[in-house]
Amino acid sequence: MAKREYSYYPGCSSQKKASADNFMRSANAMCDALDITLKEIDDWNCCGASIGYAGGGEIPRLSLSARNIALSKQQHGDADIIAPCAACWIATKEAEERVEHNPRVREGINAALAEIGLKVEPAQMPKTRHMVEMLVEDIGLDTIANGKKKGLEGLTIAGYVGCQTNRPFGIAGESFENPKYLDNMVEAVGAKAVDRYAKKVACCSGALMFSEPEKGQALVRDIIEAAYDGGADMIVTPCQLCQMNVESYQTDINKRFGTKFNIPVVYYTQLIAVAYGKSAEEAGLDGQIIKATKLEALAGK
Amino acid sequence: MTQMNQAMIEKYRSSFLKEVETNVEEGHWVKMCMQCGVCSGSCPLGPHWEHPPQEIFMMIRANKRDEVLKSSSMWFCTSCYNCIARCPRGLPITHIMHGLASYSKKLGLAPKSQPTESFGQIFWNSIASNGRVNELKIGLALQFKDGFGQGVKNAMAQKDLGMAMMKTKRMNPMEFFGGHTCKDKSGIARMLKKAQEVEDQHIANYGAGK
Amino acid sequence: MADMKIGAYICKGCGIAERLDTKSLVSVATRDGKAAIGREHDFLCNADGVAMIQQDIDGEGVNRVVIVGCSRRAKTEAFSFEGVTLSRANLREGVIWVRPDTDEARETTQEMAEDYVRMACAEAKFLKVPESSGEQGLLRRIMVVGGGVSGMTAALEAAKAGYEVVLVEKAGQLGGVAAQMYKRVPAKNGRQGPVDPEVEKMVHAIESLPSIKVHLNTTVAKTSGAPGRFKVELATESGSSSEAEVGAIVQATGFVPYDINKLPELGGGKSPDVVDQLGFEMLAKAANGGPIKRPSDGKEVGNVVFVQCAGQRSEAPGHLPYCSGHCCTTSIKQAMYVKAAGGDATVLFDDLRTPGATGEDFYRAGQEAGVTFSKGQVSSVEVAGGEVKVSFKDLILNEEAVDNADMVVLATGMVPMSGPDPYLMLDLESARGQNDTARVADLEAQLEGGFPSVLNLDYRQGTDVPHLKHGFTDSHFICFPYESRRTGVYTAGPVRRPMDMAQAMEDATGAALKAIQACENAALGRAAHPRSGDLSFPKFRMEGCTQCKRCTVECPFGAINEDEKRYPLFNEARCRRCGTCMGACPVRVISFENYSVETVGQQLKAVDMPDEFSEKPRLLVLACENDAYPALDMAGMTHQEYSAYVRVIPVRCLGSVNTIWITDALNSGYDGVMLMGCQKGDNYQCHFVKGSEMAHYRMSKIDDTLSQLNLEKERVQTFEVSITDIERIPKIINDMAELIGQIGMSPFKF
Ligand code: SF4
Ligand code: SF4
Ligand code: SF4
Repeated sequence: MAKREYSYYPGCSSQKKASADNFMRSANAMCDALDITLKEIDDWNCCGASIGYAGGGEIPRLSLSARNIALSKQQHGDADIIAPCAACWIATKEAEERVEHNPRVREGINAALAEIGLKVEPAQMPKTRHMVEMLVEDIGLDTIANGKKKGLEGLTIAGYVGCQTNRPFGIAGESFENPKYLDNMVEAVGAKAVDRYAKKVACCSGALMFSEPEKGQALVRDIIEAAYDGGADMIVTPCQLCQMNVESYQTDINKRFGTKFNIPVVYYTQLIAVAYGKSAEEAGLDGQIIKATKLEALAGK
Repeated sequence: MTQMNQAMIEKYRSSFLKEVETNVEEGHWVKMCMQCGVCSGSCPLGPHWEHPPQEIFMMIRANKRDEVLKSSSMWFCTSCYNCIARCPRGLPITHIMHGLASYSKKLGLAPKSQPTESFGQIFWNSIASNGRVNELKIGLALQFKDGFGQGVKNAMAQKDLGMAMMKTKRMNPMEFFGGHTCKDKSGIARMLKKAQEVEDQHIANYGAGK
Repeated sequence: MADMKIGAYICKGCGIAERLDTKSLVSVATRDGKAAIGREHDFLCNADGVAMIQQDIDGEGVNRVVIVGCSRRAKTEAFSFEGVTLSRANLREGVIWVRPDTDEARETTQEMAEDYVRMACAEAKFLKVPESSGEQGLLRRIMVVGGGVSGMTAALEAAKAGYEVVLVEKAGQLGGVAAQMYKRVPAKNGRQGPVDPEVEKMVHAIESLPSIKVHLNTTVAKTSGAPGRFKVELATESGSSSEAEVGAIVQATGFVPYDINKLPELGGGKSPDVVDQLGFEMLAKAANGGPIKRPSDGKEVGNVVFVQCAGQRSEAPGHLPYCSGHCCTTSIKQAMYVKAAGGDATVLFDDLRTPGATGEDFYRAGQEAGVTFSKGQVSSVEVAGGEVKVSFKDLILNEEAVDNADMVVLATGMVPMSGPDPYLMLDLESARGQNDTARVADLEAQLEGGFPSVLNLDYRQGTDVPHLKHGFTDSHFICFPYESRRTGVYTAGPVRRPMDMAQAMEDATGAALKAIQACENAALGRAAHPRSGDLSFPKFRMEGCTQCKRCTVECPFGAINEDEKRYPLFNEARCRRCGTCMGACPVRVISFENYSVETVGQQLKAVDMPDEFSEKPRLLVLACENDAYPALDMAGMTHQEYSAYVRVIPVRCLGSVNTIWITDALNSGYDGVMLMGCQKGDNYQCHFVKGSEMAHYRMSKIDDTLSQLNLEKERVQTFEVSITDIERIPKIINDMAELIGQIGMSPFKF
């Protein structure tokens, strides 16, 4: 496989010992298997996430991402910035869009960046892409399928795409209402994708899980229920916040709604890592609150 | 910020729509809504909104400034972008909702102790002081936002989850002392301060220049 | 025609020979059908098969060709021979494809096929090759009545196609409503906002063309004749008159706005500052881009409220129940005038409708210009102290609201400027004759407020083109939108249905081309839609006629006049060849050369009738050739099965069904008769407008005949079907077969 290099930053939740610590470990294992080198942007900052609007207005919020863009340009030239996190991806792309098309916002951002000797210019920014885009467009799902060391036979997986990896930008060629890439990825590593997973692109309540737990948990309940209805052994997602919300509140949900949920929620990177022969630990499976036993067993084989 | 609010009332006496167009993120789109209701029907927490997006857009045109800016509605946006994906008129509804929420807060009109509003502020403060989010501190701050007693109760209720997160190495108690930060914290602080000034100036200028 | 010589040709292709004994079909044709020549061919529609038939025509003197093979709707180009009649026995779509390929079914399938051969031969005996009436003449000149945008478009298009035009306008100048407009909604690229209506350009183009003769201040005093030879008398305001001969007519008389004074609850008639759209348009034209000044005090308007659907889309008495289609975009346009002059404009609507390819973009242009759109229902408009107060219910926010405006514009609807409904006029005449005062009063009320005659047709069935609803002229809205119910007269623009300028121009172009086609058809003696090209036309045997006038009254197209001796006077070029007159005639003296009481009657009698105890009933289906018969063919193509006891005869229109056929069928032992025609009524699909309705009416009286014969009334049934009823029709047939099984066989089998 051809060697590839990208600029990137992990995002807050995927830092060491943060809530998606295991994601990054599996992503690293996957990149290692696929011969991808991710060069971290030195001193990157938070993107502001979707909830940042409350404290920061348009220009402060977008300045954050603009700083990351400017740093990447400075350190890694025109290399694409790979965002493993949907919120980072959207925020950075949004910043690029506004800089590109809204002169007032661009001037404001540059005034702020000038304080630290940076600048962003239209048509001069590196492209920001989601890690999934990199896999689908640069590597190709066929290549991933062909290079795997073992097939994840016997697993039925609900591909939960969620919102922000899907909207408003989405992956080129996919529909907003029924994107297929995650199912295709599941099939590429030899597992069975739940057909017509009813809550594939439903909202997990995002950051509102913290502020409106009751309403958020009701949404997650439906997401899990639909996965069970589809006969799933586990749920796979590309999104850190989705993973956290769907996996870690199952005890609360069971208490609140009298359900008996206990379904593992993993990342696509973990599936690929295991299919490429990585150990359970390398694939970050020790980071599951609800153990993905079947996947661990396959990793051990 | 009530002073700014007063100034805005003076300036846009009869047209809240113009105020939104000038001062709210992506506000110039509001007039393009054709009132189909697809956004409201697509919103995951839609049933909990006092005024779902379609209605908010109509209220803006109907000059209902206070009712819009004091509403808790926009704070129920989960940023799922479903409305944007579906709006036949291509309105960036999510951004407008964020913009309205942020603007109402700036003018001091946002409802008091709205949970999402408080959480969002805590989150922003974390970024502003470290450049990165400190999940543990945010979690604790959130639990203790209503005072110490309530905080202990909240923390006890969530202790299982906390333990699980620590066991799986997805949360680090040592975060409390320092934790993830950027190196150039002071630079980021300067940048954000400047950005805030520019934004406030734009509003204070009555949005002169686009 | 010389002696009759029938040649019957049995095709063995398309699986026919595998399913049927074609040898015996040949002998049925020669023995029962009296065909002089009977031949089989492996592949009749190929060049060799066609050549074989042509040889018989040329060498053997065959003059009645019977093709036994596929449906009459298939292979029409291969099977078209000059100077001979043609009958088709449908064994493919009508027999083998609707019957199962099983041993048990073989016998009844063969019987079915043999009957169709007998029927086709029987028909052949009574067919003639249509001959010209000698009435034809080619006149490449049309008259256009109405000099608005629709009329001018029709005139220009006809002139472009090399036709002369007589353009009649009752006002003193061309341009109609459009000439009073400041700007128009563009036909393309709505994002650009309102554009110049360019009416002067059209007027110039017309004035510079010598082939268009414009008559201003003129009306049509009389129209007589038929397509290809209309004679019109034109009368000018000053009293002078002139004559013209034209081949066809386009009526583009447009509309007037609904009277605003009928809407006092919306402020209509209460203040000069409450106007209709045309009124506002004239103010905008006067302002010519500057601030619009209101009529009451000349104040520059700062805030204008547009009230949509004023007195329309409303069931309230006196209101228009329909949507006029253009008024939402028109209000958007006018609101943009206000915005452009620096004012504020609000459009209050219930449903905002912006039809047309560019309507949606135009709406966006209005929104971009800052027009406020509110979904609101206006409850009152009051005038007080220099302001017009509009109270409405905001339907989105669900609350009462008020807007104080400088002016209010009411979007009222279009009232078509058609002439009076001829049938109401005729009814009125006869009611007056009978001194039926109640009916006279009722009809007078219906006609009140209408417009004087436009064409003054010298027709037995009244002076103008018939209406469909609400004064709009009748046309088959799906299949032949331009055809009115007076052949050679085409209505275009808002007189036909409500429409905007872009649509009116397109409509007028279509109408002009149809008018040209009518002239060319008339010259050749050919029919217009839907039997386009048909050369036959109705003839009648004067000696038998009882002057009952049924034919003149029932012809849906007003084609029949009366001569001085009160006999029907047929007009070939006005006739659409539906045969409704033939179905109507109680003494059966009307016929076409290639379609008559005999051609159908003999077919149904030619069927071999098994006796009462054979358990083989016979069902006759008379199927309209426009929808029911194609649907039956498609049932065959999709291999739906239906009863082998059925015998289908296509008819031109259910209107052509003469009740004698039903009586004959019952007398010859048929156990059931089914009539299948198109939908009737206001939303009719009948290709001849009234044919299906007439048939249903006539069949409602057939019960007498049945009870005289002591037969159950379920044995005769009439159905409305459509071309898509591919599964329903076989089911109807099978249900009928089952019903006959229950009530038993007819005793009339001899
Ligand atoms: S979906 Fe778009 S056009 Fe429809 S109501 Fe919402 S914002 Fe308006
Ligand atoms: S982005 Fe916000 S407003 Fe839009 S549908 Fe999602 S939650 Fe609702
Ligand atoms: S065939 Fe039809 S159109 Fe012609 S005269 Fe008879 S009823 Fe009228």
